[in-house]
Amino acid sequence: MSAETHHGHAADHAHGHDHDDPHGGAAHGSRKGYWIGFLLSVLLTAPAFALVMSGVIADPRLTAGIVMALAMVQIVVHMIYFLHMNTKSEAGWTMLALIFTAIIVFIVISGSLWVMYHMNLNMMPQMQAEMSSAGM
Amino acid sequence: MSDDLTKTIFGRLSLESFPIHEPILVATFAMVALGGVALLGALTYFRLWGYLWKEWFTSVDHKKIGIMYIVLALVMLLRGFADALMMRAQQAMAFGGNEGFLPAHHYDQVFTAHGVIMIFFVAMPFVTGLMNFVVPLQIGARDVSFPFLNNFSFWMTVSGAVIVMMSLFVGEFARTGWLAMAPLSGIDYSPDVGVDYYVWALQIAGVGTLLSGVNLLATIIKMRAPGMGLMQMPIFTWSALVTNVLIVAAFPVLTAVLAMLSLDRYIGTNFFTNTGGGNPMMYTNMIWIWGHPEVYILILPAFGVFSEVVSTFSGKRLFGYTSMVYALIVICILSYLVWLHHFFTMGSGASVNSFFGITTMIISIPTGAKIFNWMFTMYRGRIRFELPMMWAVAFMLTFVVGGMTGVMLAVPPADFQFHNSLFLVAHFHNVIIGGVLFGMFAGVNYWWPKAFGFKLDKFWGTVSFWCWVVGFWVAFTPLYVLGLMGVTRRLRVFDDPSLQIWFVVAAMGALIIAAGIGAMLMQFYVSIRDREKLRDVTGDPWNGRTLEWATSSPPPAYNFAFSPVIHDLDAWHDMKQRKAERPTEGFRAIHMPKNTGAGIILAGLSTVFGVAMIWYVWWLAALAFVALLAVAIGHTFNYDRDFHIPAEDVVRNEDARTRALQSAGV
Amino acid sequence: MSTMTQTPPGAETPVFYDLDEHEHPPGHSTMLGFWLYLMSDCLIFAMLFAAYGVYGGSYAGGPTARELFELPLVAVNTTMLLLSSITYGFAMISADERKQGAVLGWLAVTALFGAAFLAIELYEFSNLIHEGAGPQRSAFLSSFFTLVGTHGLHVTFGLVWLGTLMVQVSRRGLVDANLRRLQCLSLFWHFLDVIWIGVFTFVYLLGVLR
Repeated sequence: MSAETHHGHAADHAHGHDHDDPHGGAAHGSRKGYWIGFLLSVLLTAPAFALVMSGVIADPRLTAGIVMALAMVQIVVHMIYFLHMNTKSEAGWTMLALIFTAIIVFIVISGSLWVMYHMNLNMMPQMQAEMSSAGM
Repeated sequence: MSDDLTKTIFGRLSLESFPIHEPILVATFAMVALGGVALLGALTYFRLWGYLWKEWFTSVDHKKIGIMYIVLALVMLLRGFADALMMRAQQAMAFGGNEGFLPAHHYDQVFTAHGVIMIFFVAMPFVTGLMNFVVPLQIGARDVSFPFLNNFSFWMTVSGAVIVMMSLFVGEFARTGWLAMAPLSGIDYSPDVGVDYYVWALQIAGVGTLLSGVNLLATIIKMRAPGMGLMQMPIFTWSALVTNVLIVAAFPVLTAVLAMLSLDRYIGTNFFTNTGGGNPMMYTNMIWIWGHPEVYILILPAFGVFSEVVSTFSGKRLFGYTSMVYALIVICILSYLVWLHHFFTMGSGASVNSFFGITTMIISIPTGAKIFNWMFTMYRGRIRFELPMMWAVAFMLTFVVGGMTGVMLAVPPADFQFHNSLFLVAHFHNVIIGGVLFGMFAGVNYWWPKAFGFKLDKFWGTVSFWCWVVGFWVAFTPLYVLGLMGVTRRLRVFDDPSLQIWFVVAAMGALIIAAGIGAMLMQFYVSIRDREKLRDVTGDPWNGRTLEWATSSPPPAYNFAFSPVIHDLDAWHDMKQRKAERPTEGFRAIHMPKNTGAGIILAGLSTVFGVAMIWYVWWLAALAFVALLAVAIGHTFNYDRDFHIPAEDVVRNEDARTRALQSAGV
Repeated sequence: MSTMTQTPPGAETPVFYDLDEHEHPPGHSTMLGFWLYLMSDCLIFAMLFAAYGVYGGSYAGGPTARELFELPLVAVNTTMLLLSSITYGFAMISADERKQGAVLGWLAVTALFGAAFLAIELYEFSNLIHEGAGPQRSAFLSSFFTLVGTHGLHVTFGLVWLGTLMVQVSRRGLVDANLRRLQCLSLFWHFLDVIWIGVFTFVYLLGVLR
């Protein structure tokens, strides 16, 4: 189509007639990919439960750190093998949306914890006392 | 026994729920009922029902949906403004033992309803409507990505508005202020239906807002005309892109917070209660995580409008397009980092407060950069003071003051003085009226000819303009003064008689604004009456620069017979410069979505569900919910959703346009 | 076809209208739109996680996480969801291979695992409520029930959707529209899995450690 040759470089990114695929360019998985993802998630889930249930590590903080790290890795595994995330599908927009969401999720959760911790400390000292006595 | 039966059937609803003992409400109801009957009668008499249903209510055309959004916004503006007048009158009167004319119970509902309506059912539909109408045209698309969803979103917004309006005559509205802060909004302190009306209206409208955000985002990402890279997008489309990112990322937060509040109210959980480990401060924290991005959701589209208007009416390319785009992106992220400045006084302490104070001051920088960009665009431009441009100039002068008082509020120690005072009230009205509303009015005056094919009357437009601008300053300067003197917001009566004069002046200002609204309605009436005189056949009445001006006014259902190919940021200006010829033959059938009534039916059922939940009519709620699910699932079994506009129809349409252009000598 | 301007190629005036355009195939934005919706859903969960984070220790003198949570049950539940994820994956692969019967079979298996997950969760909830540890007991329990319950509601909705889709696939076959829907549900189902990783880690495992 000669129209295509004229509009210059920007045309290819902007619109493109490349999404005739009914799946909208989303990535597909393979049987092997699903098995790898499944095995990896088993390998990541089982130790997390085992660590907490057995209590091998005496320091709960260290256990918590390991468990959280395992969860983070597992989320990435699921993203890659089950949700087929990559930087190419939809010209990178899905990845961009995911990164943006991750940033916002981080901001709202850590921000809320930070803000509320200080609120409780300053405004509800009796609650802190109650919590620590009830919690530990 | 029969008492139980009544409870089962009607829930909390009883004859006492109807406020027949409140004369103001009864009179209002009588007026609304009379007006409503007259309107319904007229529609029936002129046999307009079929037309409205076929051409508008079930339409999936983004232009019609956009126009319906704006009609909704204007109707709700009248309601919200009536509340404003009542508040101003009450505060101007209630001195020295005079109780005014509004009992506390009613006054508290009035200020709550005013805030809720103005933000959710005036500003939001205005912004969404404008984006809906303009964005697909500006990017050279034929419709949005999900046309049915668009129709559904609109009706969900209407559903929310209907629920709010219903509270006027059945039961009562919340008496908590527009954010329904806990624990006041909890069941212990607000056992009535008011907060439930609030929650369900916002939840249902929120579904619409969120889906329309997803829809417009997908549209901007996927439907741009060939050649339009991200940096060739018109600046209004850019602002719409960022706005919708904020909508998709902020409204879920509101949904979650309101869901927790309703769990507290309905099943007795302890999120925001004073007992059981609950913490009302968490409500404030979470609702402002939504609330601050919401501010930018409202103002960014207005910035987009001003950018288009200033560039068009200065006859110049927008100064600093790239910096405008980066400013938008920076604002998008930063708007999630400032929420605590709404509650500096709640006691987070110095470290937290200083962090949020600094981020707030930082976010004013990209906004300030935009003001300079607009001024440099005007500099040495050939400025035409048409109505949209007048609104733009008034905005720049007004908004800068609002922005600067905002920076004052961003300083935590100073905020301990300003917090919850009338200074704050003046500040946010300064930015919302002077920014959002002026922007929307500029937009309406700018794009009206595109929507209907004739310009708006300039005389009444000018009258309205001056009334609004002058009225705004007369109404809100006194509130700045009063706020600095320490007067807090939401008071119903006052002791100190020396304050009265300021409230009287503010009330005068409100009356001048009322004249402005009247003149605006007059402007619409006169323009429609004189439409032949104001007709524009070129489709480009302002010598515009972006693609929406490349097609006819009003645009055909398919917007563009052939997709335009973009080579320049100001695509239409470029096409005119290089004498692009409009193709007059070779038209083909065009693939378009079909109209559907599913959206309005689903929204209607949601309204029933919401109202049943508000009044504890459990059987009806269950029924409505099941029906909702059934209709939604049923709709997915309809695979036949598109059709082709036959080539002959396109030819007929485009030939008519060719003749019109020839007769206009273009 | 694309010579609608009189200017020959390479001259001053370029092409301004695309005279030979291809229609957007219906639903070409669906996957992106659905992904954006999922991101917004993710933020609902983020707020619920934030609430659990803030209220996680607000027992109000009531039972604590360590006293209440039964990790073996949670482990079984996690297994159910993981298995349902891979079986859904097999359904998608069968769909790519256009094997309608296999698709329906794997979807049914997925539904079974999903239902098992829900049954176990309901069993856990009813146990807690019987022990007097219902959502009203403390802010900790309010946020626990809301977070886990919202995830459960999503799974329920996913099951309804799955059932609907099975009917549609068996009626119309693997047409483009149905393939697209299968893919959307795939995203939804695997997304719920990701959320569950957050739930079993931050709610159950860290709750017990707390």
